[in-house]
Amino acid sequence: MDCCEGRLITSRRALLLGGASFAAWAYLPKFARAADRRDPRLIVVILRGALDGLATVAPTGDPDYAGLHGSIALTPDGPHAATMLDSFFALHPSMPEFARMYKEKHAAVIHAVSTPYRDRSHFDGQDVLESGFAGPGRVQSGWLNRALEGLPRGERVTGALAVGPTTPLVLRGAAPTFGWAPVAVPQADDDTAMRLVELYRHRDPALATALSQGLQLDKTAQGDDMKPKPGTNAIGAMRLVARGAAKLMAADDGPRIAALAFDGWDTHANEGGPVGRLAQLLSGLDGALAEFESGLGERWRDTVVVVATEFGRTARINGTEGTDHGTGTIALLAGGAVKGGRVICDWPGLKPANLYEARDLAPTTDLRAVIKGVLRDHLGLGERVLAETVFPDSAPVKPMQGLVA
Amino acid sequence: MARDSQTALVALNRFGFGARGGASGDLVNAASDPRGFVKAELNRRNGVLLEMPGLQSTPALAEAVFAYQAEVKAAREAVEKTGAPASEANPAPALSDSKAPRRNLSLNSVAMEMSGKDPATKPPENGNATMAATETMQPNVAQPNAPKQPQQPLNVIQKTYRAEALARLQRAVIADCGITERLVAFWSNHFCISANKGELARMWAGSFEREAIRPHVLGRFGDMLKAVEQHPAMLFFLDNQQSLGPDSRAGQNRKRGLNENLAREIMELHTLGVGGGYSQQDVTSLARIITGWTFAGRQGQLGAPGNFAFNANAHQPGPQQLLGKTYENDGVAQGEAALADIARHPSTAKFIATKFVRHFVADDPPPALVARLQDVFRKSDGDLKAMTLALVDSDEAWQAPLTKVRSPYEFLVATGRLLARIPEDPGLYLGGLNQLGQPLWTPAGPNGFPDTNAAWAAPEGMKLRLDISAQIASRLGNNIDPRDLLELAAADAASPETRQAIERAESRQQALALLFMSPEFQRR
Repeated sequence: MDCCEGRLITSRRALLLGGASFAAWAYLPKFARAADRRDPRLIVVILRGALDGLATVAPTGDPDYAGLHGSIALTPDGPHAATMLDSFFALHPSMPEFARMYKEKHAAVIHAVSTPYRDRSHFDGQDVLESGFAGPGRVQSGWLNRALEGLPRGERVTGALAVGPTTPLVLRGAAPTFGWAPVAVPQADDDTAMRLVELYRHRDPALATALSQGLQLDKTAQGDDMKPKPGTNAIGAMRLVARGAAKLMAADDGPRIAALAFDGWDTHANEGGPVGRLAQLLSGLDGALAEFESGLGERWRDTVVVVATEFGRTARINGTEGTDHGTGTIALLAGGAVKGGRVICDWPGLKPANLYEARDLAPTTDLRAVIKGVLRDHLGLGERVLAETVFPDSAPVKPMQGLVA
Repeated sequence: MARDSQTALVALNRFGFGARGGASGDLVNAASDPRGFVKAELNRRNGVLLEMPGLQSTPALAEAVFAYQAEVKAAREAVEKTGAPASEANPAPALSDSKAPRRNLSLNSVAMEMSGKDPATKPPENGNATMAATETMQPNVAQPNAPKQPQQPLNVIQKTYRAEALARLQRAVIADCGITERLVAFWSNHFCISANKGELARMWAGSFEREAIRPHVLGRFGDMLKAVEQHPAMLFFLDNQQSLGPDSRAGQNRKRGLNENLAREIMELHTLGVGGGYSQQDVTSLARIITGWTFAGRQGQLGAPGNFAFNANAHQPGPQQLLGKTYENDGVAQGEAALADIARHPSTAKFIATKFVRHFVADDPPPALVARLQDVFRKSDGDLKAMTLALVDSDEAWQAPLTKVRSPYEFLVATGRLLARIPEDPGLYLGGLNQLGQPLWTPAGPNGFPDTNAAWAAPEGMKLRLDISAQIASRLGNNIDPRDLLELAAADAASPETRQAIERAESRQQALALLFMSPEFQRR
């Protein structure tokens, strides 16, 4: 009955170029230019589809892990051996760049983490992850946008042609942002654009705002190497978007804060272990992190990249060598400003009784604590703003200490 | 008259794909009897199905994919044997043309079938230079000095996808009002699959819509639900063909088991909706109930390849509890009974009515209208024609301002209609849809494309729409008068500002781009 001959070249959340998007704040924070201050950069990477944390950073030291993850479990030895991060956790072999950053203490893992969302719908899960509210259904603005509103606004970032079809929810909201994606389209001339803006101003203010913002973007990101190559695959697209984003952000007057979204992590069937489908995606993510590092150059020193996903996947593999929707997963931090070289976790264990609803890695860390820690120590946001505005009603969730060097 | 034109815009833009150009007289006809104009199409019996020479059934398409895959495999093995360079190993050879579906479907036959009269559209004036400029959307073409890439011939899967796309686009462009095609697009997006799932999914994207969606858009929801969840394309898309009952014979033998992907999306996305009153237990139960729902593969062990099949060997034995009810184990009937009950569940009525009104009327759907449609849905046992008529008969749908921005698909189809150009090359549209973030039959996830202004009126999206409008305009000849086109698109419902912007434009091309981007053309 093997009728799935159409090989799963791409997943159902497949990465078109449009599926790997980038958006950034349209302003510099005021302190970015002050000579005596650091000039921090923050990049948030959303992995849509729910990353299998147990397959990415595997608790090989947990006696129950190998049995649960079965045929796709990572092992610390043999061919395609996972990289030991400490005596307990091993990193997927498709992530050599992250492994190097970890060794250089510029990357960290937070394990058994999750948002406050406890059901298993992707779309609600993503809403909670990106909106920063405790429950789904609040999709008008994202936590990163509200964090931006709490920052002193400096000058506008001029320019940048920007054509990513959509802005990720995490960055949607009142603070003006712009998007960019490596898509090559000849542009309408300025005169036509200005006439249309004028028409919209009189007849359709909402479209006037949208179009003006769309037009205000710069062309810095548009080099020849940014044109999509024929046959660009998911991995290539992730690198391409990261490279363009890094180029924009490395500029003196470039955006300091940005978000990206990568689709495709919903590995229900034939997830693969050290090689296979997830391995390919992780390799794309690893490549994207490397692009950030090289593209940002000396700015990397002041950069934090946060990688997060809506929830985890079942601890036990399902009947089709994949994993279904779960709860606890991982978050990754990378960048020169990260106090890394650590897997931070309060490990819940994988015994049946310790699993959430007897199926998922139980979350022991609230993802909001991680993000709050970064926003406070890296961007200088106050705890009150974080507890009331950025992540509403989250006062009991304290910012995690010491994530930023 | 201005009032009539405004109402005509509602009939054409809110419910349809916009006024056609040429001599259609759409705007005048819609103004004289707006509701009647919309309903006329709903009463045309054969208006929904899409059957034409060259479009094949799902099993026939499966055979073609299997044959193609065998051919590729044989070619690869032959190369490996002779030790030829690897770069020649994946030639994606096209099947012989006799086997492939015809690409150029007869335009006249399409038009005749649809309207029973001469098409209201003019033939294209200039061969291929009809619509969006895709040459410039293709990478590589921009640099004249770059060496030309050898053109790979399309394989049977790409050819099929394009033929299906072309048939759908032609139908949408020539339809009188377009409400039927809007319904097809709505339900197809509600029950979406993604062509990117794999070769079978790309091959079946069109046949899935023709076979599982179209026959039921004016029929019963329960019938559509059953047709969708038993269609090979959906079973493939959401992995159910791999799901085995843990205690079934196959599950025991092969040490594989349940995959709850399809079961979850049935409840979350297709029927009850999130918060519709089901639990993780219910998801697992439904997953067990539909184990064995699969399709016959290449070997044909379960029947003719590409047909729905119930594999009793993979079916989880025993009764199952679902949403408080016990379903006895009686094979495929167990799942069919469960789906029939889910289709009638009050949460389904609410979820569907809300989504339907959101699509046609407003991002924040008027609660009274939703309640009325929900009621019609329940009392009529999910009669989708009754629900659609209730929408058309409502006052709210005619009084609510046109606030929704057209989706990229609606926008490009409306452009083709206004220019009275029957699509000949689907690539022109497919390229535009890719650029605008709505690749045909390829949403990013099983929840389909979004349906709100937040998604489609985003800054980047509007800028890109302008670029594409300018490209389309730049390819139109000088014999089109933008002022005439404005009359056909909006007549005196056009604002003075829009009229002025078009009249004062520095060129015809600029005027046309402004017309395509005007609020009257972008909002519905």
